[in-house]
Amino acid sequence: MEIKPRAMRDAFLEQIWIAMQSNEKIFFLSADFGSPVLDKIRKDFPNRFANVGIAEQNLINVAAGLATEGFTVFAYAIAPFITMRCYEQSRVNLALLSEVRDMNVNLIGVGAGYSYVVSGPTHQCYEDITLMRAMPNFRVLSPSDHVVAESLIDECLNNTGPKYLRFDAQILPPIYEQGSVNTEAGFSEIREGDNVCLIATGYMVHTAMQVAEELEKEGVKVGLIDLFDLSGFDSALLSEKIKNYKGLVSLEEAFKGRGGLDALLFNFIQELASKPKFCNIGVHSQYEFELGTRQELHEKAGIGPVSVMSTVKDFMSSHDI
Amino acid sequence: MKKEMQTSEMLKDKAEWVWKETLAIHRRAPETRIASSLSCVEIFVALYYGGILEIFPEQPLSEGRDRCIISKGHGSICMYPILADLGFFAMDELNKVCESGGFLGGIPDPVIPGYETVNGSLGHGLGVGTGVALGLKNKNSPNQVYVVTGDGELHEGSNWEAIMFASHHKLDNLHLIVDNNKISMLDHTDNIVSHDALAKRLSAFGWHCEEVDGHDVEAVQLALQKMSKLHEGKPKAIIANTVKGKGVPGLANESLAHILNPKPELIDQILGDNRGN
Repeated sequence: MEIKPRAMRDAFLEQIWIAMQSNEKIFFLSADFGSPVLDKIRKDFPNRFANVGIAEQNLINVAAGLATEGFTVFAYAIAPFITMRCYEQSRVNLALLSEVRDMNVNLIGVGAGYSYVVSGPTHQCYEDITLMRAMPNFRVLSPSDHVVAESLIDECLNNTGPKYLRFDAQILPPIYEQGSVNTEAGFSEIREGDNVCLIATGYMVHTAMQVAEELEKEGVKVGLIDLFDLSGFDSALLSEKIKNYKGLVSLEEAFKGRGGLDALLFNFIQELASKPKFCNIGVHSQYEFELGTRQELHEKAGIGPVSVMSTVKDFMSSHDI
Repeated sequence: MKKEMQTSEMLKDKAEWVWKETLAIHRRAPETRIASSLSCVEIFVALYYGGILEIFPEQPLSEGRDRCIISKGHGSICMYPILADLGFFAMDELNKVCESGGFLGGIPDPVIPGYETVNGSLGHGLGVGTGVALGLKNKNSPNQVYVVTGDGELHEGSNWEAIMFASHHKLDNLHLIVDNNKISMLDHTDNIVSHDALAKRLSAFGWHCEEVDGHDVEAVQLALQKMSKLHEGKPKAIIANTVKGKGVPGLANESLAHILNPKPELIDQILGDNRGN
């Protein structure tokens, strides 16, 4: 069955709207940021919705206060602002406080990577994986399409603790069939390969799919794993899936070598007996003001399909894989 | 349970006892911030012994409690003797402040029975208290929220985000008490960034606001009693004008009081006995 492409935020917010009908403990906060589905939430649950205004520090603090009163809170804003503008509020009132109190706060950040293509670096977000993973107790979720995004609702409703959901701002083509994603594992194996496995998160899963298909045309079969839970994935299962590969490649729409997915995987593979070779692909460490399409920006940053293709080939040949 | 001292003399005696115990703690644990913990003694005595707060010392997080959020973490060491006296924890803990195995630190944390939130990093308590007040309203709870901040921490912009939000949402279950000792770490706030006419500023933001002598425990109690009964769709603030380092020669109202430690001999002399040893 053909699944219609949908924005991650609308798919996820639709699930919140449904849950709010039977669960009176759900509260939704926005920092003056909307979506078509949010209009339904605002209209149908005015007593459990508040727009705090352009005030992310207060967004987090109010969310923390509501959570200590037993509410399941969803707080919603643009990704760089909900992570970096109020980082210490999240550290003190969510990460620290949840050490001693049961709190369920879910931060929804929209605009992962370059997804606000023409808005430039203030609205783009290449640091959030590193920053939010730096805090113990925070769970970082980075879906690749709206099907994964909406599947994460149960994880958010059923597990306490602070979480950060990193959503793309664009409508992306769906990768999965509705309801086909096992969110408990925290990752999904999209293809099996021979010697090399690409491990990607968010938008880069789409790029990795494209690259894997191109490589297959050239007779090279690479594996592909979509890692969407960047802190709570099933590590035993992931070890099992990647243990036979000679090389692993991380792909993220975030700065390269600065503590993101690449650091996560680099640390992770130290525990593997097979000790695969490792290559990290991410955004070159510089802020870019030049305008372009997402594809053009990606190629410039070293994460577009052409760049990835060439990096992967170089990686394979230099290690004789 | 609400604790209400029968006479204002009893409240004053309690305040004096707390003041002395706080000095004694500082004598044993000089890492604690003493000056800002002496400006708010009467504020906390009025809240905890003046019939204001509904508390459950044996089950501190009982749903029916009033929420008292102590945003000025460092400057609340005087809460330690109060909480011990009320039975939140054993009196003996006061001898283990800042020591391994104890839980009463240089800056209080929510592992201490009676503390609601993480304190110490300034400018957080009011915003969180605002969320708590919104949550209590939503639950139709009769319980009230009290947030105690210093005046120095009002430099943090996060407070003003909360101040705007609270009045917009008519959170008349929210009470802010400002320990207005007018000195932050390096100087008088008037020499840093002035909070001149603070009450007017808060009133302009839609808050009901009163000023009181923060060392007159009866006056603080009366102001709190009056305010907690006021439900007119406005959050409420009490500016308690206080003296940083109150009562300690060489410390009181000194611009560097926050980081000054009175000499142990001086504390011994003030306490008039060897309790500090």
